[in-house]
Amino acid sequence: MSAPEKKSKKELTIEQKINRRNFISFASFTVLAAGAFEGWRWLYKSPEEAAGGITAGARVPLRRALNQTELIFRRVFSPNHLVKTYPKSMAAKHVRVNSDIGVEAAKKFDPATWTLKVIKKGGEVLQITLQELMALPKTEIVYDFKCVEGWDQISHWGGVKFSDFIKHFQLDEYTKMEYVGMETPDKTYYLGLDMPSAMHPQTMLAYEMNDKLLPLEHGAPLRLIIPVKYGIKNIKRIGTISFSNNRPKDYWAERGYDYYSGL
Amino acid sequence: MRSTMKTIKEKHSFVMRWTHWVNFPILAIMIWSGMLIYWANDEYKITIFGHTFFRFFPDWFYHALKIPYHLSEGMQFHFLFMWFFTLNGILYILYTIISGDWRELVPKKNSFKEAWFVLLHDLHIRKMAPPQKKYNAAQRIAYTAIIFMGLGSVVTGLAIYKPVQFYYLTWICGGYHFARVLHFALTIGYVLFFVIHIVQVVIAGWNNFRSVISGFEVVNETPKTVKK
Repeated sequence: MSAPEKKSKKELTIEQKINRRNFISFASFTVLAAGAFEGWRWLYKSPEEAAGGITAGARVPLRRALNQTELIFRRVFSPNHLVKTYPKSMAAKHVRVNSDIGVEAAKKFDPATWTLKVIKKGGEVLQITLQELMALPKTEIVYDFKCVEGWDQISHWGGVKFSDFIKHFQLDEYTKMEYVGMETPDKTYYLGLDMPSAMHPQTMLAYEMNDKLLPLEHGAPLRLIIPVKYGIKNIKRIGTISFSNNRPKDYWAERGYDYYSGL
Repeated sequence: MRSTMKTIKEKHSFVMRWTHWVNFPILAIMIWSGMLIYWANDEYKITIFGHTFFRFFPDWFYHALKIPYHLSEGMQFHFLFMWFFTLNGILYILYTIISGDWRELVPKKNSFKEAWFVLLHDLHIRKMAPPQKKYNAAQRIAYTAIIFMGLGSVVTGLAIYKPVQFYYLTWICGGYHFARVLHFALTIGYVLFFVIHIVQVVIAGWNNFRSVISGFEVVNETPKTVKK
């Protein structure tokens, strides 16, 4: 008679079963927890983007994540989604001044000598005066201006729709490009906008605030009001407008903020 | 003759344990990065009849956690980990629906009354706790509420993150301002939940804690005497 040696595996006792399952689960838990911690350390200590690029100031993987997230939310973007508007009576009388980069009071600037420069193909520069812009149909908006810091304020602006401006100065072909770039006359503040956001029906080149010409600290003579973006994209005192298929340089994107910054 | 013997009683499924533990670090990162963002406009406080009782947050708190001047960093982390928070939540909700575990989790008709007795029992005021299955009435309420809070965080978060594209969410949340208040209040809610949760876990003891890692509890059963 050949003894069934194979059958030597004994049924585990309940105590053994408990120990075995405890060991497996606690060991996996510890390994996974250590892995998660290492993953976190890798992310937290990952190197920053190289300075001097279009974007900077963020850890490389986090910047990649911001850019991927932008692609997802760009799909949601629709020019038919409008920012909520309010009656004029709700607009703030004292409009918050949060930044003066590019429009510092100490810098000499005479709005009377200002012209808007639009860089066209082949380096041709289109110069536009405030009078020319004011001759175009005026639009007004009273909406909740939103700062990346978290505050918001209902404010009232008047000016030319960016899309009207494009049409009037026959810049339509440039809207086939990916981005619009803008910068202050002293070139210290600058930004880039994706074309769909720039062409959104509520985006405007504003020259009025609360029915009066813009004060200097709010960007006289011409600033951007783009309700589909945070305040950081609402450049004051526009000097130059350009078009590009690559991201134009952007002041806050160089300082760790999302390039898109869309709302 | 009667004797007790140890038996394994299955308690928490793998998905339940996984989503629970994955959520812990994610939520911690979301709260931390959220504070980095909130600091840039830290306007909330508890004021009653003109007297401010508490300001969110005092300076010592900010400095202890190195919160000031990290807005952009906070946004980078927040808008990455929001995906994991949401996906993990969806996985958990889908699992409880498909597995039928939701039956153990959602409050029943008498849960609200029973939860009161559970509370009295936990505070050692009442001797008897109401009979329960996997979760008692207070747990049913808490664990269902926390899921709605998570959902609330995603909705109010989207309402302040994309208030133009998701204008209807912003509207549902009572506007941009109120959505931000809600988003903040929910976070305070998580912290309170966490504190109570930890206290309860400590009181409940090792067997209960282990079940959230290994999935089972060990119970002493009195087997029926079998005549030989």
